[in-house]
Amino acid sequence: MTNRNIAVTELELIYDSLAEAIDQAGVEKRALYLTKLALILSAEVNNKGTVLQAIEDAALDL
Amino acid sequence: MHSPDITPRKSLYYDYKIYPFTIPPELKGESPVHPVVIVGAGPVGLAMALDMARYDIPVVLLEAAVQVSEGSRAIVFTYRSMEILQQVGVADRMMESALPWRAGNSIYRGQRVFRMEAPANDNSRYAPMNNLQQQYMEEYLVDLVEQHPLIDLRWGTKVIDIPRNDEIAVIQVDTPEGEYELQAQWVVAADGAHSKVRNLTGLRMDGDSFEGHFVIADIKIDIDLPTERLAFFDPDWNPGNTVLMHREPGNIWRIDYQLPKGETPEQALEPELLNSRIQAQLDMIGVTSEWDLDWSSVYSARAMTLQNYIHNRIAFAGDAAHMLPIFGVRGANTGWQDGHNLIWKLAANIKGWGGKALLDSYSQERVTSAWEIIDEASKSTRFMTPPTEGYSLLRNATLSLSLSQSFVRPLYHWRTSRPHNYLTSALNSFADENNSSENGLITGYPASNIKFSNQNYLLDHLGAAFYLFCFTPHGQVADDLIELKQELQAKGVPFEILAITPAAKSTPGTTHIHDPENNSAEVYGTSDFGAYLVRPDQHICARWQQVDADQLKQAISIATGQ
Repeated sequence: MTNRNIAVTELELIYDSLAEAIDQAGVEKRALYLTKLALILSAEVNNKGTVLQAIEDAALDL
Repeated sequence: MHSPDITPRKSLYYDYKIYPFTIPPELKGESPVHPVVIVGAGPVGLAMALDMARYDIPVVLLEAAVQVSEGSRAIVFTYRSMEILQQVGVADRMMESALPWRAGNSIYRGQRVFRMEAPANDNSRYAPMNNLQQQYMEEYLVDLVEQHPLIDLRWGTKVIDIPRNDEIAVIQVDTPEGEYELQAQWVVAADGAHSKVRNLTGLRMDGDSFEGHFVIADIKIDIDLPTERLAFFDPDWNPGNTVLMHREPGNIWRIDYQLPKGETPEQALEPELLNSRIQAQLDMIGVTSEWDLDWSSVYSARAMTLQNYIHNRIAFAGDAAHMLPIFGVRGANTGWQDGHNLIWKLAANIKGWGGKALLDSYSQERVTSAWEIIDEASKSTRFMTPPTEGYSLLRNATLSLSLSQSFVRPLYHWRTSRPHNYLTSALNSFADENNSSENGLITGYPASNIKFSNQNYLLDHLGAAFYLFCFTPHGQVADDLIELKQELQAKGVPFEILAITPAAKSTPGTTHIHDPENNSAEVYGTSDFGAYLVRPDQHICARWQQVDADQLKQAISIATGQ
């Protein structure tokens, strides 16, 4: 499993911004919004292996 | 006619005593002007009365009830609170039965996903957290108050009006023997979240009132678990909500949980439902012992404060001044910091050694602290009780990820009450050498405790005064500092010099504090002639690598609001 790291203060800021963006998107468009976000981040990561591992890890413990 | 409930409250473990109403001078035709009247004999009001009496100022303390707190209410006290309570003389008795602790656990789907341990601090006299039921704490404070010749605690006395609040304050009260008026130079409102004094003054608080309601229940039960904080997220029996458990002395456990949406407090406290939920929580953690319910209540989460804590002759402290989120033990622990900040400033005003800026600094320092707390606590609140669907999704994603991904686990971080650092206080001397000193404590921080030997700590030596901490290798302190001490004392300013030294004695006119191992050097970042000026509430207001009498005089002048 990949060892993922982020500074807590940054994670907290992202936490709040993402929560508010999800509320902004509304109930019907929420899934679409999050999927688009995942695709944008994939392009930012630009590494197929890392993204596929993340897709797998996110499916755990749903 | 005010008729307080004279039936002792029910409890499985605490014997309530009914305190008598006694006829005050005002009902015998006298009309004295009291220097200070404190409204509310809860934890904050009682501690403030004892604090004020240390300055040799008489206090009248009014309490509508005739017995101590119903239920355990505030149960977790920080080391800083214990240091304040040590100053007023009650800490030792509390610590005889309080349970010290320092670890918190977050549990999700039966797995401990986060554990936080406050680091052990050998220099601290007290553990980071100490659990004791509020009834005992209040009783111990009342015992001290009742013995104190300067404190007049008036049970069964309920404030009903404040007809005057200008050059003096006039309070109208109702009692079992009828109404009367009290005149006071200063009134301190410590009458809690539903403050009558606040209502009568018409002052409004700013901030948020959250939707969530929470049940607090105390049960008597044998559970073989250490004294630590337990937080259960999203339990099967209460989906989406959080449950907290704390051990109290005497095999009492606190269970605290959020009500499901749409449920009223009355429904939540209905015995059958309450019992089934407590049982569900115990089942979940595999506890099969018999238990009895001692007390239960419902509270709501708020994050609100007055904008100013002083209005003419009335000062506000504790929940009367602000209502803070419950996550992080912020009620009594914040209130005592308010009170300890306020009392020396009021004493200085009454005794005539404090300038106007001193009282203004109470609001400046404590309102700033309240907003810091609101900001910090609302982060915890967003995680514990997500306010919207978006926050709820983020929280649930974090819970799920925390089972396999360590990077999210710090989001469980539990922000607790901490001592506030008055970094921007008008009482600080900014001409000192704060910025040029790389080590040690920062101006505005509370003075850290130092252990010298068994049962001998630095803060044990402090009382109701300013202190110059002189760190001196051979116990020597300059003569002009000692002359200044005498000059200040002659003006009525309580001021003492501590010569903190590995040497066996110190210059006459100083208090010799023997630090044989030089334990203070590391914490205070100094060993040769460094000095700190410490206020009567133990906050540092100036520091120097070496101080002369002119610099000290200037710093005292600033710190007394001149």
